[in-house]
Amino acid sequence: MLDFIIDFLWVLFYTLRDVLPILLLLVLFQVFVLKQPIPHLKKVMLGGVYVVLGLALFLIGLEKALFPIGKIMATQLTELAFVGIPENEAAKWWSYYWIYIFAALIGFATTIAEPSLIAVAIKASEVSAGTISQKGLRITVAIGVAFALALGTFRIVTGTPLFIYIMAGYIVVIIQTIFAPKTLIALAYDSGGVTTSTVTVPLVAALGLGLSSAVPGRNPAIDGFGLIAFASLFPIIAVLGYAQFMELKIRFSKIKTKNDAF
Amino acid sequence: MRYKQYFLGIQRKLRLALMDLLPIVLVVVFFQAVVIRQPLPQIGEVIVGFLFVILGLMLFVEGLEIGLFPIGETMAYALAKKGSLLWLMIFSFALGFSTTIAEPALIAVAKEASVISSGAGLIENNQKTRELFAMGLRLSVAISVGLAILIGVLRILKGWPLYYLIIGGYILVMLMTIIAPDEIIGLAYDAGGVTTSTITVPLVAALGVGLANVIKGRSPLVDGFGLIAFASLLPMIFVMAYGLLWF
Repeated sequence: MLDFIIDFLWVLFYTLRDVLPILLLLVLFQVFVLKQPIPHLKKVMLGGVYVVLGLALFLIGLEKALFPIGKIMATQLTELAFVGIPENEAAKWWSYYWIYIFAALIGFATTIAEPSLIAVAIKASEVSAGTISQKGLRITVAIGVAFALALGTFRIVTGTPLFIYIMAGYIVVIIQTIFAPKTLIALAYDSGGVTTSTVTVPLVAALGLGLSSAVPGRNPAIDGFGLIAFASLFPIIAVLGYAQFMELKIRFSKIKTKNDAF
Repeated sequence: MRYKQYFLGIQRKLRLALMDLLPIVLVVVFFQAVVIRQPLPQIGEVIVGFLFVILGLMLFVEGLEIGLFPIGETMAYALAKKGSLLWLMIFSFALGFSTTIAEPALIAVAKEASVISSGAGLIENNQKTRELFAMGLRLSVAISVGLAILIGVLRILKGWPLYYLIIGGYILVMLMTIIAPDEIIGLAYDAGGVTTSTITVPLVAALGVGLANVIKGRSPLVDGFGLIAFASLLPMIFVMAYGLLWF
């Protein structure tokens, strides 16, 4: 128990140091540049205490729950006995199909409920004057992330270089940018950040690192990272793709009603 | 009456934190019960950890909403209105830097990266070097996010088209990939996604939308966004440079 309290105090100390720059920035600018007293000072201070305490608790919980879960799942799903391969035989990439399914499910489940994606979906439907439906966009992005994580785990299992996938993704994004409705481009680019929430990132990182140390012949230092990069690239492609699809659909139905009129 | 409102606020935050975790818990429980059919090792510790995550996230978000966000938003708005370019630039950089240093996901990933790198013999295997490596990683990401926000704000002021800058950034990423050591590439690409979560996104979005509102002829929906896109591009370039320095 005593150990735990000492640990907690250390984490609290480090957290305080991490949050200090924001507090300094806000106070200095308010007092010296804007030359105004800080509004609701009591509330701001209470908020600061909550932030430090909350961050410290979160970091401890992360260490005890999210990191171990990601690693344990990766190890369990790649054990030879579970995959069903005899001791002296090499595993093929498709033997690890449960890992791909697990990664896809985690991607879909965490994205569909993500509050910041809901906010982006509402804005996108406003900007597009209703041609983009909120629900449709959320499902599209969630499927995009599911596919991204499955592909990312496939990359770790096969050990192919990360940059090939990411470059191909960039080229797709650039081509899509040329043809996509201009009003949606900034929003689509920003959506890359929304799927990687504070809870998802550590879990997905641990999954990748666990997988790369469990699969024979993979090196965590080279193959372990990269899943988050997949998860932040694919939403951009999904949002741009969805916007283009809806535009084409509307154009098509207009042509159709015109033809029907004749 | 005030207390009632307060409890309703806490309840909402608790629900948000649960919403973040529930999908993960459901998928993991399903796999453990149906696919793997083995008891989860260290189950007690994991449950305690999950409770900590929920409680911590709830307090953290509550604290941000009652304390930091309102003051940050009014400040971004006031500075945009004040019209001093120099102070606006300094504020943009400092905002990006300080919110990134406190970003929980980045703290977690940087620590993990230092353990992996020392395990692979890329950096010296002792506590001090690991801490130094993790802190340096966070600093380089924070500086790059600060610069990204600064460039993004300049873009909104000058009205440069977003996609030129993004495509230019992609080309730089590709060039850096060629010269950067293999061991840093995965981490660098991940750094882009890590920076844009809990604290940075709302404050930076407030700055962008505030600016676009104040400047004539800008639409907040078209010009206000796009700041976050920069904040996920530049860290990749900077972390690859950081890798060149260490490995």
